Amino acid sequence: MGYVAVKGGLEAIENSEKLLDFFRLKGGSSPVQVRQIQEQFRLAVDKVVGEGSLYAPYHAALALKQSEGDTIEASFILRAFSSTISRTHYSLPVKTTQMRIIRRISAAFKDIPGGQYLGPSRDYTQRLLNFELDSENKSHIKRFLHESELEYKKLSNEDIGMFPKVVDLLRKEGLVIDSKKQEFEEPFDITREAVAYPLARSGRLQAMARGETGGMLMIAYTSMRGYGDIHPTLGELRVGYVPVYINKNGEEIYAGEVLVTEAEVIARFISKDKTDKPRFTIGYGFCFGHNELKAISMAILDRTMQAEKPKVPAEDQEFVLSHIDGIESSGFCAHWKLPHYITFQSDLDRIRATRKKRGGDE
Amino acid sequence: MNDMNDVLKRKNRKYNFGFIDENSKREIRRKILKAVAIPGYQVPFGSRELPIARGWGTGGLQITLSLIGPDDILKVIDQGCDFSVNAVNLKRFIQKTTGVEITEDTLKATIIQTRHRIPEEKMGENQILVFQVPYPEVLRTVEPSEAVTREMHAEMNYSKLWVYLYEEIVKWGEITIGARYPVKVNGRYIMDPSPIPRWDVPKLHMAETLYLFGAGREKRIYAIPPYTRVEPLEFDDFKFNVESFDGKACSLCGSTDTFLDEIFNSETGQKTYICSDTSYCSKVSARKKVSHE
Repeated sequence: MGYVAVKGGLEAIENSEKLLDFFRLKGGSSPVQVRQIQEQFRLAVDKVVGEGSLYAPYHAALALKQSEGDTIEASFILRAFSSTISRTHYSLPVKTTQMRIIRRISAAFKDIPGGQYLGPSRDYTQRLLNFELDSENKSHIKRFLHESELEYKKLSNEDIGMFPKVVDLLRKEGLVIDSKKQEFEEPFDITREAVAYPLARSGRLQAMARGETGGMLMIAYTSMRGYGDIHPTLGELRVGYVPVYINKNGEEIYAGEVLVTEAEVIARFISKDKTDKPRFTIGYGFCFGHNELKAISMAILDRTMQAEKPKVPAEDQEFVLSHIDGIESSGFCAHWKLPHYITFQSDLDRIRATRKKRGGDE
Repeated sequence: MNDMNDVLKRKNRKYNFGFIDENSKREIRRKILKAVAIPGYQVPFGSRELPIARGWGTGGLQITLSLIGPDDILKVIDQGCDFSVNAVNLKRFIQKTTGVEITEDTLKATIIQTRHRIPEEKMGENQILVFQVPYPEVLRTVEPSEAVTREMHAEMNYSKLWVYLYEEIVKWGEITIGARYPVKVNGRYIMDPSPIPRWDVPKLHMAETLYLFGAGREKRIYAIPPYTRVEPLEFDDFKFNVESFDGKACSLCGSTDTFLDEIFNSETGQKTYICSDTSYCSKVSARKKVSHE
């Protein structure tokens, strides 16, 4: 029955909340441990820390449990949680050359200084449903880990070291146009200041780092597929841990490390005029967690939005940035479930009046 | 992990009065003051993340939370109704974080937060009505870009909207805008009054009450101060009109001068009407009962 015309909204809400737990638990399986989600649903957690814009893998895993695996809902819970925590510092710029990498590839050069590391990747797996996973048990895991750790130790004994950036090689040759060098200052913070367009690049990058993966992928794909192709080459994609420092009274203090994905695309070259030598343009993507589609999409959108006269949707800052936030888009999409009796009553009044004008019955 | 849970529990207890931190509240109040100083102008603000979904009243909520004090008496309505699920949910949240008194009586409340309606009873000078706004930009129908619409407002360039209204008349013989009917405020800015029905638009004109509008997702605050001219857009030869409920009356209280919801009775298949303002409807019913006795 209707839940608005009658009193009893509160009771309906409370029962609905109970039903959520009922549907989550009625199968009777053992409860999912938050630690299991954090470790074994690694990529879902990474999506949530990025889109929720709070690097807190434990909280993200808890939110995923609470939301029954819905990443947008989990990101929303994480965002709401973060707004209760006071913001005490902005970090110093992170140096990704200091990244402790788990994966690093370049599609531009076969051989790059430091080498390519495929790392954990599904790119070259066959997407055959793995029925063996159904019978995975603790002793399998133990044996597997024992064997892999021997292998892995060999690898980590090698000093992988720090990697120069692939794009820096081109930079040294003068083949790259850099966006205007900016002295480090407090970045534009879209969570504190109202956004106006054109938006400072720091604000653009922040909006994308918080963006929803699917939304960004979709808009970036419009550019890749044909609406304003920027002809990207993936200069470098790296995934790994970077140290974060904060400045406290002039002193650099180590605050911990975060897992991030960084992508740099080398795109269509340009020149200022007919005599100026052409140079490549660069698009930059960076997000929390291991989320390659998002970092690459972001890099492409960073480049498309550098267009001086936007011609296609992906080049239009306002079009891209006002529509990629998953918390905003999902919230507004969900709000259509709210009652719209009044506005619809107004619409009924209008359609009846208009029909009357055309003669005959309403 | 237990430690972590303890941390979370402690956090739950330590929410600030009105959830939002005091600095943010102050910023929102400053933006409200600016909005009051420039009636109908959309003031951008740093909209905060709330545990309520974007699009579900977070703009109105931020205004309410930044204004509310321990002595305030709050009423929240959605579609004119105090018991609608979303109204109940917002009330639960505000009460949990402030503990203020809640009322259903329009005349008793100091702050009323609303979605899609202005109460039927006339509000006074000591009250504030806070509107939840999905689309703050009245020009969005005719111009998708925010950068461009801000320019149009600055230049008072409203020709596209006037042409839109004119074309409606040419095409349909009527202006087909149901709710969200554009109004001109204080002779300067054209404004989206939020999705209130046209029925409520005349209540905006020279009102005694301060009207505040909050759009959380779109990050805008605007206002109509008391005793401000608010005129719906109309042509000399084509006047603005409100929804018609001719010959209809509320089936509960008998009112013929209120905005009515159309109800289909699933048993008889018949259409009946009831007041959308539930608090007003029960007041009228109670009054009638008394006079009958």
